[in-house]
Amino acid sequence: MQVFPFIVVAWIIGVGLYGIATSRNLIHQIVCLIVVQSSTYVLLLGVGYVTGAVAPYFYDVPVHTPAVDPVVQALALTDVVVEAAVTALLLAIAIQAHKRFGTLDPHELAEFKG
Amino acid sequence: MKPGQRRLMFFAGAAGLVAFYLWGLLGLPGFGNYPGPYGPAILRVAVAQTQATGVVSAVNFEYRGFDTVGEEFILFTAAAGTAIVLRMLRGEGERSPVDEARDRDAPPTSNAVRTIALLFTGPVVVVGWWLASHAQTNPSGGFQGGVVLATAFILIYLAGAFLTFSKLSPTDVTDAVEAAGAGGFAAVGLAALFTGLPYLYNYLPLGQIPGAVSSSGTIALISFFVGLEVAAAFLLIVSELLEQTLLIRHGGR
Repeated sequence: MQVFPFIVVAWIIGVGLYGIATSRNLIHQIVCLIVVQSSTYVLLLGVGYVTGAVAPYFYDVPVHTPAVDPVVQALALTDVVVEAAVTALLLAIAIQAHKRFGTLDPHELAEFKG
Repeated sequence: MKPGQRRLMFFAGAAGLVAFYLWGLLGLPGFGNYPGPYGPAILRVAVAQTQATGVVSAVNFEYRGFDTVGEEFILFTAAAGTAIVLRMLRGEGERSPVDEARDRDAPPTSNAVRTIALLFTGPVVVVGWWLASHAQTNPSGGFQGGVVLATAFILIYLAGAFLTFSKLSPTDVTDAVEAAGAGGFAAVGLAALFTGLPYLYNYLPLGQIPGAVSSSGTIALISFFVGLEVAAAFLLIVSELLEQTLLIRHGGR
């Protein structure tokens, strides 16, 4: 069984989570979250891959050419949109946190209440 | 918690994650042997049913159309949420928009950046519209096209003209376009109900040639509305973030 793509997925999740756990800067943590999420693209596309198949677009290939799964590709698109939305909101919240407390260090922010 | 402890806890948790991941991996069909029922079923019927050669768009705007309405409103909500979180707080005031850096003078925009940004603006608009209007044909669609369209406005900002940027994308107009895009998608779906068809049923003529721009009925129309919505939502989010750095001063600190 060919597992290399799934090991890549695990590695991307791992480095992203490590970054979130150890980072001292909120913006950097948000970037790490984007890294974690990007592992899901690799996972989705990896799950739907069919050896030797074309992309699910039949503009210039015959309609019944074997193609990879279009459903997971559509899900990956949804994934990207959700990531963009989450990132925008988190960045906005980070700006407000910096305005209110004057720091972006999550360890220092944890000491503030309210 | 000390950084050392934090790291230790992370590795303990990561070990558990790895164990469960490996366990899950054993149940997956090997890479390249996807057996799932949905993908092959859709591949068999999609082109004949929708006259769209872009099957991913057909999935997004037709088979999973209802999910995509929700997806579009996620972005809509995010733009609204960003505007609310970044609203002007007590004690904050606007000042003239000037780039600045904390410990040095911000360099003026170089002519090279300005020229390239302005050169790219026109082609980027064309590519954005092309993408938004070819969802049925190739790997494009409203989401991709909308983001590219928004980039055109950001290029104008990069060219060093925040005032032109905000003049070209006044919040009232962008808000209206975003609402029209999001509402348009929902309305295309609702229109089917009035004729007794299911929500988001593809009731428009599908055209004769698969993959032609005029083919695929509501898929092309929905993609157009999504393009409007995404472009406007991204512009709103970006201009909210830019206003924070350019217009709003730290309050009374």
